[in-house]
Amino acid sequence: MPMHAIHKILAEKSGKQEVKAGEIVNAKVDIAGINDIYLTVLISYDDMGGGKVWDPEKIVFFFDHNAPSPTIKGASNQKVMSEFAREQGIKKIFKINEGICHSVLSESGLVKPGDIIIITDSHTTTLGAFGAFATGVGSTDLAVIMMTGELWFRVPEVINVKLEGTLKDGVMAKDIALHMLGELGTEFATYKVIEYSDSVVEKLSIDERMVLCNMSVEMGAKSTYIRPNSKTIEYVKSRSHAPFIVHETDPDFIYDKEYIFNLDNLLPQVSIPDSVDNARNIEEVEGISIDQVFIGSCTGGKLTDLEAAANILKGKKIAESVRLVVTPSSKEVLTKAIERGYYQTFLDAGAAITTPGCGACFGGHSGLIAAGEKCATTSNRNFPGRMGSIEAGVYLVSPITAAYTAITGKLNNPQYK
Amino acid sequence: MSDIKGKAIVLNMNNVSTDQIFPGQYVNLTDPNEIAEHVLEGADKSFKNRIKTGDILVAGNNFGCGSSREQAVITLKEAGFAAVIANSVGRIWYRNAINLGLPVLICEGFVNQVEEGDEIEVNLKEGIAKNSSKGTIAKGNAISDFVLNIFANGGIKPMMKSKILSK
Amino acid sequence: MHAIEKIFAQKANVERVKAGDRVWADVDLTVNVDLYRTVLAEFENLGGTKIKYPERVAFTFSINAPAPTIQSASNEKDMREFAYKHGIHLFDINTGVVQQVLMEAGLVWPGTISIATDSHATILGALGAVGMGVGAVDLAASMIKGNIWFRVPEIIKINIDGELQPGVMAKDVILKVLGELKQDVAIYKAIEYTGSAVRNMSLSSRMVLCNMAVELGAKTSYIQPDEKVIDFLGSRVTRTYEIPTTDPDFKYAEEYSLDVNQLVPQVACPHNVDNVCDLDDVPKKPVNQCLIGTCTGGRLEDLAIAAEILKGRKINAKTRLIVIPASKEIYLKAMELGYLRDLIEAGATVTNPGCGPCLGAHMGVLAPGEVCVTASNRNFSGRMGSPQAELYLASPATVAATAIEGILTNPRGYLKSQQRS
Repeated sequence: MPMHAIHKILAEKSGKQEVKAGEIVNAKVDIAGINDIYLTVLISYDDMGGGKVWDPEKIVFFFDHNAPSPTIKGASNQKVMSEFAREQGIKKIFKINEGICHSVLSESGLVKPGDIIIITDSHTTTLGAFGAFATGVGSTDLAVIMMTGELWFRVPEVINVKLEGTLKDGVMAKDIALHMLGELGTEFATYKVIEYSDSVVEKLSIDERMVLCNMSVEMGAKSTYIRPNSKTIEYVKSRSHAPFIVHETDPDFIYDKEYIFNLDNLLPQVSIPDSVDNARNIEEVEGISIDQVFIGSCTGGKLTDLEAAANILKGKKIAESVRLVVTPSSKEVLTKAIERGYYQTFLDAGAAITTPGCGACFGGHSGLIAAGEKCATTSNRNFPGRMGSIEAGVYLVSPITAAYTAITGKLNNPQYK
Repeated sequence: MSDIKGKAIVLNMNNVSTDQIFPGQYVNLTDPNEIAEHVLEGADKSFKNRIKTGDILVAGNNFGCGSSREQAVITLKEAGFAAVIANSVGRIWYRNAINLGLPVLICEGFVNQVEEGDEIEVNLKEGIAKNSSKGTIAKGNAISDFVLNIFANGGIKPMMKSKILSK
Repeated sequence: MHAIEKIFAQKANVERVKAGDRVWADVDLTVNVDLYRTVLAEFENLGGTKIKYPERVAFTFSINAPAPTIQSASNEKDMREFAYKHGIHLFDINTGVVQQVLMEAGLVWPGTISIATDSHATILGALGAVGMGVGAVDLAASMIKGNIWFRVPEIIKINIDGELQPGVMAKDVILKVLGELKQDVAIYKAIEYTGSAVRNMSLSSRMVLCNMAVELGAKTSYIQPDEKVIDFLGSRVTRTYEIPTTDPDFKYAEEYSLDVNQLVPQVACPHNVDNVCDLDDVPKKPVNQCLIGTCTGGRLEDLAIAAEILKGRKINAKTRLIVIPASKEIYLKAMELGYLRDLIEAGATVTNPGCGPCLGAHMGVLAPGEVCVTASNRNFSGRMGSPQAELYLASPATVAATAIEGILTNPRGYLKSQQRS
């Protein structure tokens, strides 16, 4: 039976010749990651009997949401996790100075094609950009992996999304994702894998591919897949010496669905409150005044995101009516952004730059918004209360649109014109 | 598993995300009682006051979309909900509900046939939701034996525990 | 008269004042920080509609920068709108710590009176200005009327002579003073620092002495301005100003002296600022968090010495190091000079300029049972998070060396300039 590369990964990791969509398998996990906000993982672990973890080398802690901790409870959770890691011999702790799980994991060479990566963060779909099977789970699932090294999965159907054409100037991967959400909604991929393919995807940088895969969870996707090409292989080999297999999808594999988007005429997109699929062409929302611009998160705080924003902000000042918060996704991004002068540009323009991490994206700290305020953000969700008050409005945009919006204080992106 | 009976609490909105079920500012909490205090606060600040133990939450499309935070299930369970019926649900939230033994029935359109306070009965095995107050019956998605077994055991935790203990 | 008395006399428009007098004096700068939205309520309570001198009022957002809670975001929103409406100075979340930012912006010069809802306003004494912390009502009154009443303080002189050993900083000096004189020595009084050690100090180091004068109970502090002050003010203050001087026959309320030739690094142990010991006498406990920054320990020379110590080294695996430049200006210079890179490569978490966790608001709050060694100014129980956490005050150099070892460590052996000799 023809199989998709994702199916081959699941088959290999569950010790089977073949698997098909709908069946339930128990698969071995390569990396199990725990974020600092989920002490509930350790509580579930204890509830289920605890003991020694299955393999301390394969368990990773990320102190990325409370970096640094804004509350006593947040600090205590990190403390308990540190002690647990020490007792269990878990050495891979990405501490408060490192950055967001998806960025730091890929930067440190722990993501390879063919791996199964499970993290307590829904945006783990990001790592499909490297040809891995990666998905987010809740605390109890993660605790099960810590005990057994395995987890049950329903083998997912695969949707093929073909992205053709040429992007206009000023249009980014984020705009593609928002456009797809606007067209297909928040549920079209629930329980399924989205594969991105075709000419646009081939050309996109690794960072931009990560944006598509990241936002796929907003479409309901369980996981994502981009067939590793030379860019992917080069990236992975430059950071890891471990061997890996690139599984190929059988040519006669039948996709669950196929969508083709021609992106020649795609304009910058904005998802207006209060749902990720409320996507609009920039022209329809141009001029809405904004109180805070946030450039950051696993979606929009990577090096290419900061680069895109810095190119626009260079030599400019942000509007007096707006505040700009920049949160790089990782220490590596931060170091490079300083080296390349992006930090200088942001600070000169009037930005507040915070520590790498999740920051304001999930309403944790470092830039919450008040009732009646509007925030334009390069992050990934705009549900009520996501970034602070439930009476605030969150507008999802690309880093380019965010930068232009910071300059004028109003939603805009003239670059495509 | 026997039928679950309870009064309906209706939340007829789409894409009620984990951010509304359990806002980000509380994610560090671990005590179930404290977690229950903030149930659905992002949708309605006083939601907690509407719930009595044993009630059934009836929701719209894509309920529980968004984050992996398990507190978005814990909060509903600890606040007293005996089950959730929704048009459709977010994937990770659904998995978390299974793992923690909060019964969920996916039943398209049921929310439009229910008013707050109606007497509801859920048969998970058959995938049926009954509105006893209105005398209507709706057929939802049947639940696989694999998942039914987890619900019947009260979630995955007791199962893991017994497996470990029997080693 | 003392220079401080001359300032009060001039601002009260009287010939002479003496300690104990109550005078209505003009306020040159009235400052509210983002913690005190209550000032807006008091402004209304007092019947305020207009600000008498908008150019003499500033709001600074350095504590909740950027906002860690919905409440703080909402407070800032109200204060921002108020600031726009009344045309006062606004230093938003992208600028840095209160007094540091005001000094850099040229809003403070010798001979001025500033009040702020910030107790560390005493730092302005380093510029020969009178800076005092006040409550919300005083602040609102000053916004409306442009003046408030003051009691002219007695003045204590602390004479500090000698030459500091390498690795010993102004912070060690002021901790030593606190250990000797205790935290109530200067209640209601002003402190003037004099002596060769003070004269030889950089302006940034003098700011540390004046900043922590409030921990000695002082109402305000003073160091006679010299060329270093004039250089700093340089292009920042374009107006002319006169530097007040103390009459030679002025009698101080009390005088103390300290010789710092043999001073070694000092540490204030939990839970009091005057619970001070020589660093080498403090039992060595594992340290969970190190903090270099804030209005006390986040200036360029503080980051420079930390970078010198940490460059090419790594912080201890069991310790986290948080670095908070005191202002955007300092952040930019530290970036330009490579300090930030050195600190980040060593494992530091560098936050945006502001107060950070110093007062427990966010960005490095402590868990119960944790130990923190900090270059900030207070170590009272619960100051930086859990009341069950322990805070040790030390110099930026000591904090940097401690970050490497994970236990309290004397910075002496870690200074590169030292190793060469």
